[in-house]
Amino acid sequence: MTAKINTDGLNKVRPLLQLEHLTVVLKKTPTQLLVNDVSFVIETGKTTCVVGESGSGKSLTALSVMGLLSKQLQLTAGKVLFHDAETGVQDLTLLDAESLRKIRGAKIAMIFQEPMTSLNPVLTVGYQIGESLTTHLGFKGDALKTKIASLLDMVGIPPDRANSYPDELSGGQRQRVMIAMSIACEPRLLIADEPTTALDVTVQAQILKLLDTLKSRMNMGMLFITHDFGVVADIADNVVVMFRGKIVESGTKEQVLGNPQHPYTQALLACVPDAEGKKPLKPIDYAWLPENQSAIQNLEEGA
Amino acid sequence: MSESVLVANNLVKTYTQRSGKFGFGTTLVKALDNVSIRLRAGSTLAVVGESGSGKSTLARCLLQLQPLDSGEVLFAGQDLSKMNGAELRSVRKNLQMVFQDPFASLNPRMRVGEIVGEGLLIHRLGSSAEQQQKVIAMLKRVGLTEVDMQKYPHEFSGGQRQRIGIARALVLQPKVVVCDEPVSALDVSIQAQILLLLKELQQEMSLSYLFISHDLRVVRHIADDIVVMYQGRVVEQGVVVDIYQQPQHEYTRNLLAAIPGKKAMNA
Repeated sequence: MTAKINTDGLNKVRPLLQLEHLTVVLKKTPTQLLVNDVSFVIETGKTTCVVGESGSGKSLTALSVMGLLSKQLQLTAGKVLFHDAETGVQDLTLLDAESLRKIRGAKIAMIFQEPMTSLNPVLTVGYQIGESLTTHLGFKGDALKTKIASLLDMVGIPPDRANSYPDELSGGQRQRVMIAMSIACEPRLLIADEPTTALDVTVQAQILKLLDTLKSRMNMGMLFITHDFGVVADIADNVVVMFRGKIVESGTKEQVLGNPQHPYTQALLACVPDAEGKKPLKPIDYAWLPENQSAIQNLEEGA
Repeated sequence: MSESVLVANNLVKTYTQRSGKFGFGTTLVKALDNVSIRLRAGSTLAVVGESGSGKSTLARCLLQLQPLDSGEVLFAGQDLSKMNGAELRSVRKNLQMVFQDPFASLNPRMRVGEIVGEGLLIHRLGSSAEQQQKVIAMLKRVGLTEVDMQKYPHEFSGGQRQRIGIARALVLQPKVVVCDEPVSALDVSIQAQILLLLKELQQEMSLSYLFISHDLRVVRHIADDIVVMYQGRVVEQGVVVDIYQQPQHEYTRNLLAAIPGKKAMNA
């Protein structure tokens, strides 16, 4: 099964991040490709959604962009090309820890899935938002306080909550704090790993809207990881569908959602329940897989 | 209208919360504020609302897993809230629950056969050979095999574990099953399988479901009636089609508007 990658239309616009033939393996079993030859482009000011089931390698792809893979995993091949006005094109996989640290938080920021576990419970949210401002941009004193207040205001939290601890905030507010942290240094690229999965539908809608507004206002590129096609329909410009470590289909939202080519995308879309109740519920269909195809053939031959 | 299998009248449950400086003061949080519901036999009643609206408290109070402050829960003409431990235990044979988190709700140290068979053991239903037979039949019905009886929960995926949870609830042939967000921890691709399984089992065993969820797309497919909760109160209830097409309450309209992908899917 070859991956169909539509890059013709994408190369004309300004690319921000290019993943080329990215491959991640488990060190113990190097034959097992957890991320297998993944290539796609993220453009400035556009949102690219990566969709797939759990275990499809979407989070690993995001972590390898940031150089945050755990020690048991290894990036064996591929390039992560980051286009930056100041430094030109850099391959993030070749950078040492020191230079990577300068990019993380400042140029590329990440929002994690669980706002409950990714904030430090013993530090005030104001301190946590200010940390990267001090580290990367040297903010101090009153200037820092004003900047934190304006960031909190931007994500819709009253600025006087800067002295609150994470446990004093609701789930939605914590995710807003995470967003404020990530956009503090005005990054060029925002990676959001299932940022709304742990949240209520009403809160989810607010957070998605907030992310979309911030993205347009700051002209960021966004890599958005999700397994919910409803969210994709709301927020994506481009969509990448992953299955067992490989990209099975990619293209614009209209192409992938409106006219899916790959049988996996079709099967995945078919099992999303709709709000009108017109579409019958359908379990996911794996009949298109090569191993299942041969099983069906065997059955037919046996009969 | 078919007859009701479970009726709850004027349920009230309050929690005390520490407040003020050093938590010296207390405030009362009304988790259930005069809630009344009616579950029709053989149908599915969905309870929707955001977190903190009292959905899960309602589920636990209905099964008397938590004591009520006031109100009555009628099952087969008896008030559950007035029963003692032994009476409750015998009536719980007919009232079972499927939990939200398939990872936390199965004992990691018990084999699947023991987990599913425990209810039969407690209620002394049949000889051990008969119990064994029932467990195997139930496991097969939810799509697992006889070999799986000897395995531990960690050997299964999330979807398979939820199947084990369903088998555990249904092996006693209950009348009412309370499902507390049974598919919200699962992938979209697995959700549909579990929902279909629940639907099939409902028809075969003429079960009544109380289905708690915050995903209105899922509810649309599985429920017959809906109760919308907001801050411990029922703000709206009725038949699924009516509520989706003509929501009366402001909060219901907000919930429906927040369904992701609604605009794009309709276009």
